[in-house]
Amino acid sequence: MNVEQRRKERLDRGIKVRSDTIYALMSVRELAYLTLPRFVLIAGMLVLPLAMPGMYWQRVVSIVCIYAILALSFDFLAHFVGLVSLGGAFFIGVGGYITALLNTNFGMSPLLSVPIAAVAGGLICTLLLLPCLPLRGVYFAIVTLMYPLAMARIIEALDILGGTDGIMGVGSFPNRWVEQYLVIAMVLVFLFGIRRLVNQDIGLVFRAVKDNDQAVKASGISITLYKAVAVFIASGIGCLSGACLVHIYMWSGISLFALDFSILPIAATVIGGSGTLVGPVLGCFILVPISELLRAFGTLRIVFYSLILVGFVVFRSEGIMVYGQRKYHQIERWVKV
Amino acid sequence: MDILIYGVINSTALALMALGFALVYGTSRIPNFAHGALYVVTGFIVWSLLRGAGLNYLLSIIIAMVITGIIGALMYQFILIRVRGMAISEIIASYAIGIAILESLRWWGFKGMSNTLPVFWEGSITIGGVPVDFHRILVVVIGFAVVAFLWAFTHYTRLGLALRGMAQDERAALMLGIDSDVMALVAMAFGAMLAGLAAVLLLPLGNIVVEKGYSVLIQAIAVCIVGGLGSWMGAVLASFLIGFAQILATVYIGSQFQMVVALLAIILTLILRPSGLFGRQKELEERV
Repeated sequence: MNVEQRRKERLDRGIKVRSDTIYALMSVRELAYLTLPRFVLIAGMLVLPLAMPGMYWQRVVSIVCIYAILALSFDFLAHFVGLVSLGGAFFIGVGGYITALLNTNFGMSPLLSVPIAAVAGGLICTLLLLPCLPLRGVYFAIVTLMYPLAMARIIEALDILGGTDGIMGVGSFPNRWVEQYLVIAMVLVFLFGIRRLVNQDIGLVFRAVKDNDQAVKASGISITLYKAVAVFIASGIGCLSGACLVHIYMWSGISLFALDFSILPIAATVIGGSGTLVGPVLGCFILVPISELLRAFGTLRIVFYSLILVGFVVFRSEGIMVYGQRKYHQIERWVKV
Repeated sequence: MDILIYGVINSTALALMALGFALVYGTSRIPNFAHGALYVVTGFIVWSLLRGAGLNYLLSIIIAMVITGIIGALMYQFILIRVRGMAISEIIASYAIGIAILESLRWWGFKGMSNTLPVFWEGSITIGGVPVDFHRILVVVIGFAVVAFLWAFTHYTRLGLALRGMAQDERAALMLGIDSDVMALVAMAFGAMLAGLAAVLLLPLGNIVVEKGYSVLIQAIAVCIVGGLGSWMGAVLASFLIGFAQILATVYIGSQFQMVVALLAIILTLILRPSGLFGRQKELEERV
C-alpha cells in the first residue's frame, strides 16, 4: 500500500501578506497590487458606454447596471443579514410605480422623483415585510416570493395604476449620457458603499444577526430593528433601480413584477460569488447580455438562468469572484502527504 | 348554503394542494418550492398521455403520478441532497428547479384554454338547492380519504412512524437507525405524488395553465404557515379557514381576491401567532 497521496496546499502570496496592512504604501508595486483590481473595475465601468457600438448596446449596459444594483441589494440582504429575498421584482415594481405616479401626476423631474421613490419605496417595502422579520427560517423567502405575484394580480384585478396597460408617458432622463453615467455611478457607489457599510459597526451587527441571532439578542440588541434597517437599505436600493428602469423605458406596467427581476439577480449573485458584492455585478455583466441575445427564445431564458442557478448552487457554490480572488491572492501547489 | 358547500369543496382542494408541501417540510425540513411545478407537470403528463398517446384515463393518471414521484425523488437524490441543511441554497435550488420546469412548459407552448382534462364522472346532484357536480363531491370524498390515510399511515406504519420521528428529533431518530437521507427521499417522492394527486383531482375542474403552478405553491404555503409549518393537522384545519375565507371573499368582493386572501392570512398569522395554529413543535426554534 504505497500509494503516493498528494494534497493541494494554498499559501498567501508574500505581496498579499505585506500589502494587507499600511505597509502597502511602501512601494509602488504593492500599492498597485492593492488598487489595480479596483481601478480596472472603475475605469472599465466608466469607459463602457463609450466602447459600445450603438444605441442598442448602450441601452443593454444601462439594463445591466439596473440588474447589478438589484443583485447588490440581494447579495447584501442574503449574505450579510441572512434574509433571502425571492422577490426582487417587488422592489423594482414598487419603486417604478411610485416614480411613474410622481412623474406623470405631479410633473416631477426624474432627478427628483427617483430619490423620493427610493426612500418611499424602501419604507413601504419595509412596512410590508415587517411581520416576517421577527421570525427565523423560510418565512422571509416565502413572503417576498408572494408579494410580486400578488401585486400583479391586484393591479390586474382592481384596474388601478393603469391596469394591464400600465402608466404611459413617463418622462425620460435629460439625455442618454446622463442616463448611462447615472446608473453606472450608482452601481459603483453602492458597490463600495455597501462594502464599507458591512465593515462598520452596524455591518458587524448585521453579520451577527445572520450567524448567531441568539448572541445578538443576548447582547441586548433588537434583532427585528436591525433586520428592518437592513431591509430598508436593500429595498430602498432595489426601488431606486426600479425607478431608474421606469425612466429608461418611459413606461411602468405589470411586467415590472415579472419573474426576471426576481430570478436573474439571484442567479447573477450565485454565479459571481455570493457575499463578495463584486461578484453579483460581474454576474450581471455575464448574464444580462446573454439574456438579451436569447430574447428570441421568450421564456426559455428564464429556464436557462434557473438551470445555471441550480448548477452553480449545487456544484460550484463559491462562484467566479471567490475563485478569482483565490487565484489572485494565493499560490497553489501540490504537496506530498 | 352554497357558501357552506363550496367552502367545503374549496377547503378540501386547498388541503390536497398543501399536504404534499406540509409532508416534505414537516419531515425533512426542505421547503419544496418546486411543489407548484410538480403539480402542473403531473397535469401535463396526464394530458399528453391521454391526448397524445391515447391511453386509458386511469392508466395515464397512475403513470403520471408515478413519474411525478420519481421526479421528486430524483430532485432530492441529485440536487437537494447536496445543499441539505443550507436554508438559502435549499430555497434557491428548489425554486429554480420549479421555475425551470414551469417556464419550459410555457415555452413548449403549453398555455391557452384548450388544455383540459375530462372530469371523472359527468352529471350533478342538487344538495339543499345548490347544484354540485359529481366530480366535486368525489374531490371532497377523496380529499378526506387522503387525510385519513395519511393520519393512519403516520401513526401505524413503520415508515410513517420513522418519518414522524425524523420530524420530531432528527438526532434521536438517527440513533435509532433511521436513515435521514432515505427518509427525506421517501418524503420528497411521497410529497411529489401528493402534489400529483391534487393535480389529477383538481385540474379537470379548470384549465391546465402554467400560472397555476405559482398560485398552487402560494396557496399551499399559505395553508402551511397558517397551520404551522410542519404540522399536518394544523394544515388541514388551516385549509378550512382559508378555504372558507376565500369563498366568502369570492361571494362578497370578487373572485380575483383568492390570492390576496392567502397573502393576508400569512401576514395576519405572522403578526398574531407566528408559529401558526398548531406549530408548537418547533416554536422555540423558529422564533428568535
